[in-house]
Order: sequence, then C-alpha cells, then structure tokens
Amino acid sequence: MDSLRLDLTVPTRSFDVELALDVGAETVALVGPSGAGKTTVLRAVAGLARPSRGTVTCAGEVWFDSRVNLRPEQRSVGYVFQEYALFPHLSVLRNVTFGGGSADGLLERLRIAHLADAKPGALSGGERQRVALARALARRPRVLLLDEPMAALDPHTRAGVRAELHDFLRELALPTLLVTHDFEDAAALADRIGVMADGRLRQIGPPGELLGTPADAVVAGFAGANVLSGTASPADDALTEIRLDDSGTAIFSADPARGRVSVVLYPWDVSLSRVAPHDSALNHLVEEIVSVARVGNRARVRLRTLTAEVTAASADRLELGPGERIVASFKATATRLVPRV
Amino acid sequence: MRRLFAVVVASATAIAFAFLLLPLVAIFLRVPVGHLFAQLGDRATRDALLVSVKTSAIAHACVLLVGTPTAYLLARRRFTGRGAVLTLVELPLVLPPAVAGIGLLAAFGRFGLLGGQLNALGIRIGFTQAAVVLAVAFVESPFYLRGAVAAFESLDDDLLAAARTLGAGPWKVFLRVALPLAAGGLGAASALALARGLGEFGATIIFAGSLQGVTQTLPLAIYAQFDQNFDVALAISALFVLLGAGILVGLKVAGWIRFGSISPFRPAASTSS
Repeated sequence: MDSLRLDLTVPTRSFDVELALDVGAETVALVGPSGAGKTTVLRAVAGLARPSRGTVTCAGEVWFDSRVNLRPEQRSVGYVFQEYALFPHLSVLRNVTFGGGSADGLLERLRIAHLADAKPGALSGGERQRVALARALARRPRVLLLDEPMAALDPHTRAGVRAELHDFLRELALPTLLVTHDFEDAAALADRIGVMADGRLRQIGPPGELLGTPADAVVAGFAGANVLSGTASPADDALTEIRLDDSGTAIFSADPARGRVSVVLYPWDVSLSRVAPHDSALNHLVEEIVSVARVGNRARVRLRTLTAEVTAASADRLELGPGERIVASFKATATRLVPRV
Repeated sequence: MRRLFAVVVASATAIAFAFLLLPLVAIFLRVPVGHLFAQLGDRATRDALLVSVKTSAIAHACVLLVGTPTAYLLARRRFTGRGAVLTLVELPLVLPPAVAGIGLLAAFGRFGLLGGQLNALGIRIGFTQAAVVLAVAFVESPFYLRGAVAAFESLDDDLLAAARTLGAGPWKVFLRVALPLAAGGLGAASALALARGLGEFGATIIFAGSLQGVTQTLPLAIYAQFDQNFDVALAISALFVLLGAGILVGLKVAGWIRFGSISPFRPAASTSS
C-alpha cells in the first residue's frame, strides 16, 4: 500500500522537531500554534529541510535515512505552499505544467480551465488555491503536502472552499499531510489530527477523539475548549471536587483525579441563565460578560474565565451584553480532567 | 518660525537644483544645437565612439556573463564570510578610478604580477583595447554585482522551493524562475553599470592610455579635445547627457511596466466560483 512513513528529528533555530508518523491513503492534519514546527515537517518530507537523523520512506522507497538523502526534485511530492507560491510570470497553464506533467482533466476537475491563460496576479484566493493544487498534482505525486491551504482565503469563501477541498482530497485518496493553525479547518478536512507544540506531537487521533479525550491542556485549548486550572480532591458520590485557581470556587467533575489538574470544558456544554437554574447541572459560576460575538446563528459569549456558545436566539432572549453578570452552568459529566503540565 | 523654515527649505532646494542643472543646460546653450551635433562628425569623435561602443560592449557582456551567476550564488547561499565577500565586492565603488588603473597596471602590466606569464604567452595587455576592456569591466562590475545580488535576494524563497518540488534541477530553477523574476532588477543594474562603464576615465587613461582609434574612448576624447576644439568636447558631453537621461527614463518606464503588470500579491476579491 502507498504510505508515507516518517520518523525524524529536524533541527530548527529554537528547538528540534521530533516526529514519528505513518500516513496511509488519508489526510492527516498537523495543527498547533505558529512556530510549533509544522511547516518544518512538510519541508523535511519534501527534502527542503535536512533532518539530523531518522527516516522518510514513501511506498517502500527510501527518501531519507542515514545514507540516502534524495534531493527535492527527486522526491515524488506535490507541495501546496503557504500563499501558494505560484510563478507570477507564468500563465495558469504554464504554472500547472511547469513540472512537465499533463494538465489534462485536472483544470476541468478543479474548474480552472477557463483561466488557463490568466496570470496568477489576476486570480481570486480560491482560484489561486485550485491552481496550486493542480500544479502540485500534475506530476502525479505519491504524497500531497498542504501548508495552510485556507490561510490566504477571506472568511466569506472559507466554508465553501473547505467543503470542496474536503471532497477533492477524499477522491484523491493520496497520503496527504496538511498543516494548519486552525482546528476547525483540520477537523473539517482531515481523517486524523496531530496536535504539535514546541516541535513535539502532543496527541494524534480522529477529530472526535481529540475533542472527547484530549491528552493535555494544550490539545484541549487548541480544540477550542475552555481550560481552567485548579486543584482536585475526591468528593462524595464518587465525584471529584476542583478548587479553581482563579476564583477559588469549587466545581465538580465526574472524572477521577487528584492534585493539580486542568479542567477541559467545551463552550457548547455551557448554558447561560439570569438566575441559577434548579436542574441536573451541578456547577454554576456567576461571572461578568466580557464580550458577545455572533457567528451565524450562534453567539460566543466570553465570560471572565470561560467561553460559552449558545444560540443567537437565546442570546437575544436573555439580552446578553458586556458588563452584565450571568450564571454559567455545566454538568459534572461535561468536564474532562487532564493532569496539569 | 514656520515661515522661516519653509523659506530656508525652498531656497536650499532651488540652489541645489540650479547648481546641478546649470552645467548640463550650459552644454546645450553655449553653441547652437545644430552646430553642436555637426561636431560629432569629427574624425576623433567617430574613432572614440567606435572604441567606446566596442570596448563597452565586450566588457559589459563579460560582466553580465560572469557577474550574473556570481550574484546568484552570493544572494542565495549562506556561507561563513559572506558578509566579508559582499563588502569586498563593493570596495572598488569607493576607490578613485585612478587607483583601479594603478592596480590593473600592477596586476596585468608588462612589469606587473602576471606580466611575466602573459609575456611568455605572447600576450601584451597594457595600452591595448584589451586594457580598455579590463578597465571598464573592473570599474563597472561592482555596480552590476551589487544590483544583481539585491535582485536575487528579493526573490521569494518559496518560489524557488516550489520549482524544485516540481522536479526542476538547478539549471531549470535558475533559467525558468530566478532569472525571469529577477529580470527587472538585473536590467536596472545592467543599465547603471553600462552607463558607468561608458563614462570610465581614470582607470582607462592610466592602464590603457589615450591613443586615438585604439584606446581613446569618448570620455578620453573629451579630455583630449577640450583644449584643441572645445566645441567637439561640448558635443561629446551633450551626447553623454542625452544617453544618461535616456537610461534614467528607460529605468523608470521599465519600473512602471514591471510593477504594473505582474504583482504577485495584488489584493483580489476572492470568490470560490
């Protein structure tokens, strides 16, 4: 089977990037803050950065090990660069066929055939992304590398382009490594997500797994969760009581833990009300609203220590506004406890 | 006080402009323009023009041919001592051309460093057209190298990397990507170097002498003519003023064309359909 296998250490200016990863006919996203070493991994696979040790093999062919180091032009990779790196002096068609491959079918499939004679400077962000994809794929590479493919797009077109890219990647069924700083993009495009920080892989798994059982606070924070720090101790009814560092308030979790912990809580598991409700939620925090931001039919309500996501309709009904005090409630079962690092 | 400052700045500007433009205008005003260009038919002028065109063309071709790959290497490779090399390249810029002439004589002259070896091969350089070519190349090459290094340095690394991931070897990366994208900057550097080479005086007169029809270039002809026939000296000077103005206007126009048509990051409204 065609697969990309990496196990390498790549020195960078500030730290060593260390990664071991097998990519089958699937899309694996590397996410993490900028400077985490994600792009370095792509560059090492393409032969543009030199690892200090390790191996890179593709479908059984050795690209890098202690004796072999194929030059970039000898490796069968399709690389979509950040900002796309299209040749500004060449037409779309000449960009796509630069490597000698054939553009037949690809331009139609990516709906850029009518742009064949245009120069990249005249294209929109979405069009440029598709030209970059066509160019990367024209030589029929065995591995596809995508560096922040969504970053150069404006927010209006993002969702549409993302859905299209997802279908396209699914159809290709090539080992694909995708780098992004946006967890949402990664969750929408990838079969598996690896969270990187400081050159290390913190956790890798399907998007649902990262959301459900994040390995640590970094992963949880990246997945969009609230991360509250506190000290855990056993409480009655097999629950755990956590005294929060910020407010000194005690909350309860169904996860067992003891000592310093991070409480992981997703915004959509937090409900808001004017008065503490009499319901199954064990935890009620009274906090001041910092900001209310609408995203489509939802509202992200930032409180002092956590963020809640409610429907825009609920936000209207409760007349939420900055500066007001509100009760945030969540169930003990909605929290995950991870050891504090 | 604000008023006074405005007056001072305006007067300084007026004085600077007058001082810089007056000599150039004077060249054209001293004798009627028709008479001026008739002087270019003078024998000495025609000889000098021929020598200048020939030696400059050869020197410039050599500078482009050797200088372009050199600039590419200096711009794209990081090695220890790179800063020192770049500074060394610029040293001839700050030297008086006469020093360059003495240096060339000391290196390639009959009694120079390589004089013995060249003599043994039957090659004599001093006071021949080859000497003019060497002098012109020596003096203009730092101008070209400096501009060309800057042009190659400004290339987007990702574009060159993209070419490599598309299977391009070093020749193809250089010829199909680096060279066309740096063309604007290389052209500008080339034009400036050419102008500097055509105007070369000090190094040439010391290393090649001023033999009419052999080593006497246009600037040397001005020097030779100005006490014999001042009108001829004026005519050649007028030619240089026009040539210089032409080069500057050409560079401006080329700049507009370049930045008007292929700007890679023109903000485009992005639509997905």
